[in-house]
Amino acid sequence: MEDKILLAHGSGGKLSHDLVKQNFVPLFDNAFLNKLDDSAVFELKGRLAFTTDSYVVNPIFFPGGDIGKLAVCGTVNDLSMMGAVPKYLSIALIIEEGLLMSDLKRIMGSIKKAVQEAGIKIVTGDTKVVNKGSADRLFINSAGVGVIPPGVDISGSNARVGDKVILSGSIGDHGIAVISQREGLQFSSSVKSDCAPLNKLVAEMLDSGVEIRCLRDPTRGGVASTLNEFAESSNVGIRIEEENLPVHEGVQAACELLGFDPLYVANEGKLVALVAAGGAKKVVEVMRRNKYGKEAAIIGEVVSEHPGRVILKTRMGASRIVDMLVGEQLPRIC
Amino acid sequence: MKFINEYRDAELGKSLIARIKERSTKPARLMEFCGGHTVSIAKYGIRQLLPPTITMLSGPGCPVCVTASADLDKAIALAKLPDVIITTFGDMIKVPASRSSLQQVKAEGGDVRIVYSTLDALKIAQSNPSKSVVFIGVGFETTAPTVAASVLQAAQQGIDNYYVLSLHKLCPPVVKALLDSGEVKIDGIVCPGHVSVIIGSHPYEFIPRDYGIACVISGFEPLDILQCVDMLVDQIESGQPRVEIAYRRGVKPEGNRIALELMDKVFEVCDGNWRGIGVVPGSGLRLRKEYQHYDAEHNFEIRPGEPIEPKGCICGDVLRAVKTPLDCKLFRKVCNPEHPVGPCMVSSEGSCAAYYQYGEGYGR
Repeated sequence: MEDKILLAHGSGGKLSHDLVKQNFVPLFDNAFLNKLDDSAVFELKGRLAFTTDSYVVNPIFFPGGDIGKLAVCGTVNDLSMMGAVPKYLSIALIIEEGLLMSDLKRIMGSIKKAVQEAGIKIVTGDTKVVNKGSADRLFINSAGVGVIPPGVDISGSNARVGDKVILSGSIGDHGIAVISQREGLQFSSSVKSDCAPLNKLVAEMLDSGVEIRCLRDPTRGGVASTLNEFAESSNVGIRIEEENLPVHEGVQAACELLGFDPLYVANEGKLVALVAAGGAKKVVEVMRRNKYGKEAAIIGEVVSEHPGRVILKTRMGASRIVDMLVGEQLPRIC
Repeated sequence: MKFINEYRDAELGKSLIARIKERSTKPARLMEFCGGHTVSIAKYGIRQLLPPTITMLSGPGCPVCVTASADLDKAIALAKLPDVIITTFGDMIKVPASRSSLQQVKAEGGDVRIVYSTLDALKIAQSNPSKSVVFIGVGFETTAPTVAASVLQAAQQGIDNYYVLSLHKLCPPVVKALLDSGEVKIDGIVCPGHVSVIIGSHPYEFIPRDYGIACVISGFEPLDILQCVDMLVDQIESGQPRVEIAYRRGVKPEGNRIALELMDKVFEVCDGNWRGIGVVPGSGLRLRKEYQHYDAEHNFEIRPGEPIEPKGCICGDVLRAVKTPLDCKLFRKVCNPEHPVGPCMVSSEGSCAAYYQYGEGYGR
């Protein structure tokens, strides 16, 4: 019979100890974690960013990633969107009894790959096992700290009239990849989650010297919700052009069939930036050199009219409101 | 994307709009029957592109919206029964009924599941043999054949714990009822697209003949709708109303014979209770006697109580094309997608939701 996670793996006793010592510590091997003290102790200088997120995606494996990769990328990206350089991460697992050991190992493997790519360290963690039915296979919480370089000031309330809206690439891939996997939709099997750590892309954007005013990763609620947040926090209007929105064919096809609007579908490896108009082209050029920004494009601008509102200009020349997402379009996608 | 992008081509769209502007001289009030049309019109901003001679009014073609409170109350009563699993299309669970919603019953512990097709509901029935699985059958002639097929499949496979609460509605009879009421003033109808794929174009013949109203069957892409409006303008300007098909890639005059036979095999016509419109003779479908074993109403004892309509909500008037969501005092203020008062704000095909989401009338 295949090895499975038992309640005892979370009991704090021998099995827990072995699981952590044999499977987790060697994988993430670093001086902070290896000590296995109650807390990781480290020094950091400067302004810090600190964030946490819980990951409950269903299914835990999907095209283009899994819950482990997501747990690293999501938190790395939340730090990056403040302009912070991500440093340290915590990972806490809540495992439903009966999870296959091989699945857990596979997920830990992708966590390792993601932290390596992002160039950060997992310095502390926790493992709990709950009764069958008390969780859905595996939930992960991750928290992270990062250092904000001097002079960087990024906030959703910094937008100014005239700023350009930049999107780093195609939209909706993550949400559609997850729902396709969950519902067994064959037609969109080509769609892969865009799940990726964006810290290096952000660092390159900041290095360009152009003033980056707002940054956010359009996860749940999609690009539409992110733009609405900017418009509201900065009390400005935002106008975007339908023509400039990159949507992959598989995503469009799935959206047509399911009745979704890609503007509201989640992304896990994209960012929206509002930047000073003069430097927008330069930022886009810089972004396109990074593999996560290849399809970066200017999709619109910040205007003084209709403060708090996002307006989309359709291909035929009409305008319509792009509102916040209400309720959930797709449940449990991250 | 093939077969989609062609129907959203901006240049073709602009030339159609120019054509309509050039030729439309008489005031034309057009009712788009389907919620799908209403959504497209709002999403692509078609209303702003048309000349002032043309007024577009939303019709009753939103299956979720036209489900009467009394019928929804039945679904809720069923959901409260022990060992019953309710399966339904997504929008339905949020619609406020007289005292509750399926969503609320679910939160209170009722087993309510969203499915994408009746086949999912059948699967749930198969894997839960000790439970009764009820499918809430809402929709028009478009969905009724698939529900009929599920009943036949259940019969064939000996699945005896599958039931349908048939709240299906038929389109032509309700158009007749609306026109007979005399309160709806229209010159043309953007006739249903998907419904007509099933029933064809013949069932609309009485509309131009008896009421002198122009009819064009339309698809749901922006070019489909613009072409349809263009053809309606033609009919209205020339004073020659008739039934035409603009949605040729989907609709044949005789409809889909196989689907119609399926529907007829399992269902028989009965009166239908429409929200805001009332009971319309011959506009509903119920399971035939031979299939009564699968009829939820026949097999469960429920007492849903007297239906209560929400105060101040004008969904009924909106569904009858007498008023628009902008005429509603509750619209945007009290009633929004987060806190919907009536069904037209809940359904993704509802007029109020479309007006709200895409900002129709914004700035007025």
